[in-house]
Amino acid sequence: MEPMMTMMKGNEALGEAAIRAGCRFFFGYPITPQSELPAYMARRMPEVGGTFLQAESELAAVNMLLGAAATGVRAMTSSSSPGYSLKQEGISYMIGSQLPCVVVNIMRGGPGLGNIQPSQSDYFQIVKGGGHGDYRMIALAPAAVQELVDLTILAFDLADFYRNPVALVGDGLLGQTMEPVSFPPVKTTDDDKDWALTGAHNRPKRVITSLELNPENLEAHNRVLQAKFAAMEEREARWEEYRCEDAELVVVAYGTSARIARAAVDAARNMGLRVGLYRPITLWPFPGEGLTRLAEQGVRRFLDVEMSSGQMVEDVKLAVLGRARVDFYGRLGGMVPTPREILGQIQELMGGEA
Amino acid sequence: MKRIAGMPESMSAVVTHYCPGCSHGVLHRIIAELIDELDLRGRTVGVASVGCSVLAYNYFETDFVQAPHGRAPAVATGVKRARPNLFVFTYQGDGDMAAIGTAEIIHAAARGERITAIMYNNSIYGMTGGQMSPTTLMGAVTATTPYGRSEENGRPYRMAELLAQMPGTAYVARTHVADVANIVKTKQAVRKAFEAQIRGLGFSMVEVLGNCPTNWGMTPAESNRYVLTEMLSYFPVGEFKDVTKEALAGVHA
Repeated sequence: MEPMMTMMKGNEALGEAAIRAGCRFFFGYPITPQSELPAYMARRMPEVGGTFLQAESELAAVNMLLGAAATGVRAMTSSSSPGYSLKQEGISYMIGSQLPCVVVNIMRGGPGLGNIQPSQSDYFQIVKGGGHGDYRMIALAPAAVQELVDLTILAFDLADFYRNPVALVGDGLLGQTMEPVSFPPVKTTDDDKDWALTGAHNRPKRVITSLELNPENLEAHNRVLQAKFAAMEEREARWEEYRCEDAELVVVAYGTSARIARAAVDAARNMGLRVGLYRPITLWPFPGEGLTRLAEQGVRRFLDVEMSSGQMVEDVKLAVLGRARVDFYGRLGGMVPTPREILGQIQELMGGEA
Repeated sequence: MKRIAGMPESMSAVVTHYCPGCSHGVLHRIIAELIDELDLRGRTVGVASVGCSVLAYNYFETDFVQAPHGRAPAVATGVKRARPNLFVFTYQGDGDMAAIGTAEIIHAAARGERITAIMYNNSIYGMTGGQMSPTTLMGAVTATTPYGRSEENGRPYRMAELLAQMPGTAYVARTHVADVANIVKTKQAVRKAFEAQIRGLGFSMVEVLGNCPTNWGMTPAESNRYVLTEMLSYFPVGEFKDVTKEALAGVHA
């Protein structure tokens, strides 16, 4: 039987996907443009025997998440840029304590309070750390509502597999976009993990902590974490290549930017320009492998497009490593590029080469 | 043969890192004895905070999670909401609860979370080397009030009385552990707080006044005298909220 398709906003589809993934605990705090998600969870969680709790702050929400995750259940919190900044305290602790969870950032314009328009200016914060300590976390960046659903479910599986928080990264545009989606049936999850705090009944006590005062032991603990990060880098890079086969120029973009860039790529192709799109689906681990290959195969130019002043472009340059030229086009402060703008950039770059 | 003394089963047979004469160990033992007496060990999750008691998880034979500074009540909320059958308590100091963790403790109390918060109030930051805390008494010399706490630093505030005003609290008391009689009373208060949680009556909290000989620069005996004189004159002991009796009356009515 074909799964039923329903029309749903990104933010709400994300919530339903989390429930289908077996998430029964959501700790939220109001902030635009992610507010539909906690509202959806507040309505939906009681229907499935789950718990929605509105915390007094993002700090409290992420620490409630820490507590719930410590008992082995699937749990989630969500926020938008300024709130995500506050959540990074808890993220660092959860990575240090090896606790799985999913943290959503529906990015908005910054810095500071900025505005509530779509943005991609938290890339550094999510991909390069943000919180304190030597840590990494998988960051998934969907570009459409169905993909948002699929990646939400994947996020919970990856979090459990690696015992590490996973970030789900979108922007207000994706959150507000309404598209037809289908959902898988609800997953049954195993909450009785051999590290979870359930009470020391007929077993030795379990302790979950990120503290290790002995530097030799803390280094050993860090080595364990680094081995996990290395495994993630090895296995979890995901990306999509679109019309790249014979491309001379490849646009690199993720999320909303990628969706807009795709229309520009199609328009360029219609004009006979050999242009492709490379779309990172994981921001970390950054899928550099495909870019390196494309550069080696003869792509002469890459055009990185972001709704930021150029953050991911640093990783694009590292992957290309001088084999081809890397240009950048970005809009800032909640401005969204149009396909025409991106097409203009493509034409200018390719014309310049003719 | 009847055993008349020994370690509680819920207490780990290890040497603690606490300074000689510090009363943290007394309060740990009270909690461990009650976990044994109320048969809670198999379903307890303790939440350690940041400060001298950050390593509390090494001293209890129960499951434990270590929380970021001040966030223990939020972490405890997550534990309890995820697994409501667990018995959940936080162990915090005055810096952790009354300074950086004020939002978390107030809202956990207001929501009536079925958790118990134990606050060891020795009016100083111990772990970081004796800085002023929100409960440091006026005039007290600390690392960050070298000329004594003055009006510029504001006045100490009373956490137990504050939490007693929260709609979700079932039991709030202040006790001290500077003499034997009051160690016994502290155990009675913590028992009531634990029972309030077990019976699902709401949030419970006991503020326990204790010493810090090292950072106060006193002998253990002098530091206990400071608790009995200076601290008690500003922080009165007593029960500030107790709905356990009403709840019992309701049961028997």
